[in-house]
Amino acid sequence: MNPYLPVLIVLIFGLTLGAILSGLAAFLGPRNPRPEKIEPYECGVPTVTNANEKMSVKFYLTAILFILFDIETIFLYLWAKAFPQLGWFGVSEIMVFMVILVAGYIYVVKRGALEWD
Amino acid sequence: MGLTANEFTVQFIGTLIKFAIVAGIALNIPPVMVWAERRIPAMMQRRKGPNRVGIFQFRIYGLMQSLADTIKLIFKEEVVPEGAHKAFYHLAPVFAVFPAFLIAMAIPYGPDIQVFGYTVPLSVIHVDVGFLFIFAVSSLAVYGVTIAGWASNNKYSLLGALRASGQMISYEIPLGMSLIPIVLIYGSLDLNKIVEAQTHVWTWGVFLSPISFVLFLISMFAETNRAPFDLAEAEGELVAGFHTEYTSAKFAAFFLGEYVSMFVLSCLASTVFFGGWQVPFFDVRSLDEMFGFVGVGALVGFMSLLLKAAFFMWVYVWVRWTVPRFRYDQLMNLGWKYMIPLGLINVVVTAVILAAVRF
Repeated sequence: MNPYLPVLIVLIFGLTLGAILSGLAAFLGPRNPRPEKIEPYECGVPTVTNANEKMSVKFYLTAILFILFDIETIFLYLWAKAFPQLGWFGVSEIMVFMVILVAGYIYVVKRGALEWD
Repeated sequence: MGLTANEFTVQFIGTLIKFAIVAGIALNIPPVMVWAERRIPAMMQRRKGPNRVGIFQFRIYGLMQSLADTIKLIFKEEVVPEGAHKAFYHLAPVFAVFPAFLIAMAIPYGPDIQVFGYTVPLSVIHVDVGFLFIFAVSSLAVYGVTIAGWASNNKYSLLGALRASGQMISYEIPLGMSLIPIVLIYGSLDLNKIVEAQTHVWTWGVFLSPISFVLFLISMFAETNRAPFDLAEAEGELVAGFHTEYTSAKFAAFFLGEYVSMFVLSCLASTVFFGGWQVPFFDVRSLDEMFGFVGVGALVGFMSLLLKAAFFMWVYVWVRWTVPRFRYDQLMNLGWKYMIPLGLINVVVTAVILAAVRF
């Protein structure tokens, strides 16, 4: 059996479950919207402006840094798997890799990309 | 026995049975956890907590409170806020639910068993790149949060979603790095092989790589948006965060996702650091021969794993009622400035020590 066949089964189950939970209320619950009720909740104060506006650029920066570091992490997994075959060669190579990675990391910290205030 | 079966049939029917058991457990975790999360703090604060709802005259410590709550929740009116992005608004709960279930299926719940001469692994999804699969899928949970917050057309939701997604992606790096020494030590990406290597207590991950365990434990709380990292739903400032505008069964879906992912991470922590289905000082696989019946060892191993996971679930509740919430800049500093460098150092030190010992 293909080991990825269960993934498909579970995926179908998960999506169906989510869809049922998402659609259930439309059939079971009452439905009588009023203008005051469907207003976005802002502690009872009438809403001002739309919510989809500017947001802090910090979050984009975090997302980009995440992609960089996450790829390094995934790369390290493959290296860790091949570690017994690579021996000391693997250790020395990963040291070079780490030095480059840490140089980038120090640059990011020095430029203040990780400052939140 | 005259009964024969080909490999595909055995594996396929086995998968369906395993799937039904794990899905049943995973679906029953959230109600029990909601109950536990009200009873345990009640015990800590010398209150009673919910203790009334039971079946007929049996109160069973109020365990049926969650069932009553679920039924109530499902029959509530759904309020879709004005100006919400309809398609995404309805899609978000789906994304909140399915990643947790996918990961729950990839955990090895017991040792391999022999059925009709075929080896059946006791994890529903048994791929040899178990770790990578888990990381790939767990990243998907961020989508549910982000879509929910953005589609609600509510400023609290949007801020909550931004915080939650920022925090989840930030802590995924230390989470990933904390497990690299484990791969180095046990030499496999397959979770079941890692558990098999932890036969003795002194070969458990927590003793061989304690720093990894600390990093994993902290990231675990941040990944599930739980206290002390529950800034996404800091009720004092953001009402309920990304699910402020979600009502009825959709709200339940978010809770289902959250509790299942808590269970999954608890299982993962037990699997990687505490020997998974292994029982200390005892090989569960020898039970099969002792009783002369296939599956006894698997059952004991399964119970062992569930007990370990239950401990971590309890730690979740314990920490929630003990540690105050972090500020967002403190959270990001901890993640990026302390845990990531520590994770890198941990990887290098482990590699050097292992190379010195092995080569």
